Amino acid sequence: MEPMLHITTLHYLVLGAALFLLGVIGVLTRRNVVIVLMSIELILNAVNLNLVAFSRLWGGVHGQIFAIFVITDAAAEAAVGLGILIAFFRNKETVNIDEVHLLKW
Amino acid sequence: MGHDLMGQIVQYIQSYLSSDQTPGAAGNMFWVLVYILAVFVGLSIAVIAMNWLERKILAHMQVRLGPMRVGPHGLLQPIADAIKLLLKEDIIPAEADVAIFWMAPFMVVLAAFTVFIVVPFGPTHAVTDMNIGILFMLGVSSLSVLGIVMAGWASNSHYPLIGALRSSAQMVSYEVAMGLAVVSAIVMTSLNASGTGTLSMIGIVQAQQEQGVWFIFKFFPLGLIAFFIFAVAMVAETNRAPFDLAEAESELTAGFHTEYSGFRWSLFFLAEYSAMIAVSSIAVTLWLGGWLRPFPNLLSGSTWDLIFSLFPGVTFLFLAAMCFFNAVRMPKHPFFRIQTIGLAGFGVVLGLIGLVLLVPAVRIRVQDIFWFSAKVAAFMYLYIWYRGTFPRYRFDQLMQMGWKVLLPMGLGVLILTATAGLWPLIQQSIWHP
Amino acid sequence: MLSGIMLIGGILVITRKNPVHSALALITVLLAQAAIYLMLYAPFVAGVQIILYAGGIMVLFLFVIMLVNIDRAAKERTFNSQWLVGIVAATALGGLFVAVYTKGNNIFPEHALSMVENDNTQKVATMLYGQYMFAFEIASLLLLVAIIGAVVMAKKRI
Repeated sequence: MEPMLHITTLHYLVLGAALFLLGVIGVLTRRNVVIVLMSIELILNAVNLNLVAFSRLWGGVHGQIFAIFVITDAAAEAAVGLGILIAFFRNKETVNIDEVHLLKW
Repeated sequence: MGHDLMGQIVQYIQSYLSSDQTPGAAGNMFWVLVYILAVFVGLSIAVIAMNWLERKILAHMQVRLGPMRVGPHGLLQPIADAIKLLLKEDIIPAEADVAIFWMAPFMVVLAAFTVFIVVPFGPTHAVTDMNIGILFMLGVSSLSVLGIVMAGWASNSHYPLIGALRSSAQMVSYEVAMGLAVVSAIVMTSLNASGTGTLSMIGIVQAQQEQGVWFIFKFFPLGLIAFFIFAVAMVAETNRAPFDLAEAESELTAGFHTEYSGFRWSLFFLAEYSAMIAVSSIAVTLWLGGWLRPFPNLLSGSTWDLIFSLFPGVTFLFLAAMCFFNAVRMPKHPFFRIQTIGLAGFGVVLGLIGLVLLVPAVRIRVQDIFWFSAKVAAFMYLYIWYRGTFPRYRFDQLMQMGWKVLLPMGLGVLILTATAGLWPLIQQSIWHP
Repeated sequence: MLSGIMLIGGILVITRKNPVHSALALITVLLAQAAIYLMLYAPFVAGVQIILYAGGIMVLFLFVIMLVNIDRAAKERTFNSQWLVGIVAATALGGLFVAVYTKGNNIFPEHALSMVENDNTQKVATMLYGQYMFAFEIASLLLLVAIIGAVVMAKKRI
């Protein structure tokens, strides 16, 4: 059965770019801080997809190793980000990003 | 024409039986489906049997009799329970989040059942043999935490929420200890002749076969300590006694599955027992030699092979004999006539299975599955034994033990195992730099 | 099909009001991504993704959502006050991506190399502990810093 569309690297890259865009929109437009953090995870996942697609293209495992490091980094940064969120929530009782304007004059 | 078709079918079955690869690796979709169906059916039967066994064995440990009324010696009790659960009213709490309420038991069951794709019942008896088998199993069993959190959240009431949070915190903590114990067993697979280890479940058992020693006895006592860490962590991972604070009835009114009734609760129950069987099969594969028969080196030779291969059939015949014995001992009241006949019939079925398993052609193929299942059944008995013996851990004691006791022990075992495994190389580099 | 699941999941992540629904959509995205990693002959990364991302980070997110999600948040508007600027910026970024991909379409070779995946884990391990050992140690240090940071940030009284 002939596949209709030969899946080249470009398709994976476009998928990664689309996910990246969705993540950026999420970061820039959502009000709830937790969802902003989840959109950041979406961005990191898109980057991982690009890395692994390129690793497949050039045949080595370097891209995959870097992807593992990115996953580790994402875990660390999610933990710290959520810790900051909890500390902020304890003070202000809201998760609205519009209210994070302590530096506003 | 009909004869030719039969011949073709027989040839197809024979060609499968003589292959040396799992169906997934051979790409044979039909046999993959047969295996998945067999695993599904076997798992359901195992869960039903576990329900009955748990109540009877707990009862006998507590010097009482357990369910005796429903069938002969309560053998039909699980079926009665299943019918009751299926016919119960399906209650959804008022303010609950319906989508998540629906999806939570589904997610837990999915995680518990998907694990069985890579469980090796024999050298070719797995659905498929991924070369990241153990990683896959650990990962998918950590997806059940998500289902539990979702279940507690969707019920929209305090007790399930607290139960879910506690339960998932406990599961996540003991996953770390489990992971370290698993890694120290994987390190032992790399000590074979070719020098490379493997993560695939079948490869791990084959490494034990090559090195001629079950990993629990390797580098004594390191294998034993690693096994002990995993055994404790796996009981905590599946929320079973003595770590069942999150779901015990006297503590939190059944924890995260309080608000689930009828069929959904039976899904949680099914998922819990399947998870128990899954982590037991990880333990059996990694430390107890999977499908290998006991004493492969000490008692080797064709006569010992023959004796050990008679075990499946003899076990079933023994069970049949016990059924007949108890059928004879039943009270001679006409009220019990149906039960006596039922028990005798059950004994006849078991005896027939035993006789079938004594046939040489069946014996060779089945004995791997039998040894694996026997070891997993021993673990199930241990689970029930723990439940009947140990008092419950308080939650902070539980978390303390997970992080402050098991994690350092796991790290120590890992370092010592790696050192012991590389000892010849280290010795060489010290004395001949 | 998998990419369709990922895109729909991504859209659901950024558009659902209820953060728990967004978290579930993110879990589907992560699982679909693990499947795509398997298609890209990277089984080890797929396994790591399931264990860490879907099984660890998302549990963390769900915990925090439960601790933090109060009823007041459900009655507020979904999108923040700068949404128009955000959409414009994202559109500009999308345009940039489209330009890059249409111009650079014929840099890549037509058929990717065929890789076996039987010893992928061994290769990753060899590289990770050989060539990238320094990065490995730094990553462990980073995780230590993250643990200490998270504990300090979330304590009640320092």
